[in-house]
Amino acid sequence: MKAPVDYLLHLADNAVVLGQRDAEWCGHGPILEEDLALANVSLDLIGQARLLYQLAAARIGGDATEDKLAYFRDDTAFRNYTLLELPNHGPLVGYAASDRDYATTIMRNFLYSALMVLVWDALEKSADSELAAIAAKSLKEARYHLHHAADWVVKFGDGTEESHARAQAALEHLLPYTEEFWTPSAAEDAAVAAGAAVDVRTLRAAWDALVADTLAEATLKRPEVRGYVTEGKHGRHSEHLSYLLAEMQGLARAHPNGIW
Amino acid sequence: MYTQAMDIPDESGKKLAVVPGASSEQEAAFEARIDADGRIEPQDWMPEAYRKTLVRQISQHAHSEIVGMLPEGNWISRAPSLKRKAILIAKVQDEGGHGLYLYSAAETLGTSRDEMLAGLHSGKAKYSSIFNYPTLNWADVGVIGWLVDGAAIMNQIPLCRCSYGPYSRAMIRVCKEESFHQRQGYEALLVMMKGTDEQKAMVQDAVNRYWWKCLAMFGPPDADSAHSAQGMRWGIKRISNDDLRQKFIDATVPQAKVLGVTLPDPDLKWNEERQHYDYGQIDWQEFWNTVEGNGPCNKERLATRVKAHNDGEWVRQAALAHARKQQERATKEAA
Repeated sequence: MKAPVDYLLHLADNAVVLGQRDAEWCGHGPILEEDLALANVSLDLIGQARLLYQLAAARIGGDATEDKLAYFRDDTAFRNYTLLELPNHGPLVGYAASDRDYATTIMRNFLYSALMVLVWDALEKSADSELAAIAAKSLKEARYHLHHAADWVVKFGDGTEESHARAQAALEHLLPYTEEFWTPSAAEDAAVAAGAAVDVRTLRAAWDALVADTLAEATLKRPEVRGYVTEGKHGRHSEHLSYLLAEMQGLARAHPNGIW
Repeated sequence: MYTQAMDIPDESGKKLAVVPGASSEQEAAFEARIDADGRIEPQDWMPEAYRKTLVRQISQHAHSEIVGMLPEGNWISRAPSLKRKAILIAKVQDEGGHGLYLYSAAETLGTSRDEMLAGLHSGKAKYSSIFNYPTLNWADVGVIGWLVDGAAIMNQIPLCRCSYGPYSRAMIRVCKEESFHQRQGYEALLVMMKGTDEQKAMVQDAVNRYWWKCLAMFGPPDADSAHSAQGMRWGIKRISNDDLRQKFIDATVPQAKVLGVTLPDPDLKWNEERQHYDYGQIDWQEFWNTVEGNGPCNKERLATRVKAHNDGEWVRQAALAHARKQQERATKEAA
């Protein structure tokens, strides 16, 4: 049984959007080694996005290509988690500008990769063999991403007063967005029904445990979350995604007949 | 990427003429090793001026790699396809990796990365001037690969035989990656030249802006070069600026023809007698203006490096504090 295209796009959009955000650090990292590490994470994510878009394009048929899916769909067609499109800094409106904050970047990578090690692990057993193959490759990468991010979460939490405060603030800013992971979507339900995906809600306890372990080691306090639950995976995004896509898609759209 | 840096004196470079005394035996052993084309290793005795020249050269090279991440990094977020985005991120990451090996190679000479970075951030240490020019269209990414990395390779291949062991070994790996970048850059341009008229115009525009800057990358004419003679004697520099420049031009003209672009030099023509291409006058005034800090992007490039370093201070402090606390906890447990 094959996963529906909308589900593949959800996974691909997640990867490309976070890949784009992580790449913003290239040349600006806090230390050269981290510049290289973040570029690696970004490369893995863009690699995952390419495989998923290619699979989706093959299933859509016609003149669909990975780049048409990444560059010529509007923000409302994107199905990524809202968490991933947020800028690399604390809570500000879409057109505000601010310095990049490494704690925000690391905390986001931590929360997302803790989910993805579970998702890819389950998808490795997907009835959709092509998706299972992508999952097997992505699982290894997500494990590294989690290891890298969790390591820094602990360093920040345990490090200095400033790093602790920044990590705590990043956690408080980002954790509410993770509620979106656990809400149902039509694409996910269809993929689960086809035996091609895992019901992400069944992963919640394992995710909570992974997050709790690292936060405990980091001496960070998990805030209580309530209120609005974001809906990026349904195509209703924050103010930030259209800016991200305007930048990412601008050149390709200015030259729709260009070959690169 | 490495360029003319070795010929650009900085504060420490001014003191190079001084060769402090050493036992004649040590000096003779050093000279004999150099004469036999052997390698000097970190634990070997070396003249202080040799050490200083190498620290200056290798750290300028490392700085060039790190600053060089910025002009190409400028296009990562806007790369027009996912494949090109991945290639560009990997390429810029490679440049960062080169910076890392080179800082490590320089550290074997007893200067810490922090000291070298302080030199860069204060403006005392130089980096390659080519990175003080803006990247204005997507084709710049391809042209930097083809021409800038191409020029860098010309400079770097001889450094694989440099007399200082750690530097020569680092350069072997760097050269392999740079020549891959050069072919990737050229391939990206070949694809664009098969595309729309606008794409072809982008490529020509990028070549027009970068051609002369690349020729200047080989450094001042041999007659005006500050450090060439001593560098040659020490096996730190192997081929003169003008010879490398000529070699680059001779190799590049046929590539430009295949690509279908015009190199912006009306005096560029084959000289049957010399068996080389003749070329026009390089604007050395403009080159020195940029080297001295007054090019189009010097201030932006340096300020961006300084900002990244300053903004990252709390991250580095956190890592140090965590390591210290872990050690304390381990000691307490053991006791």
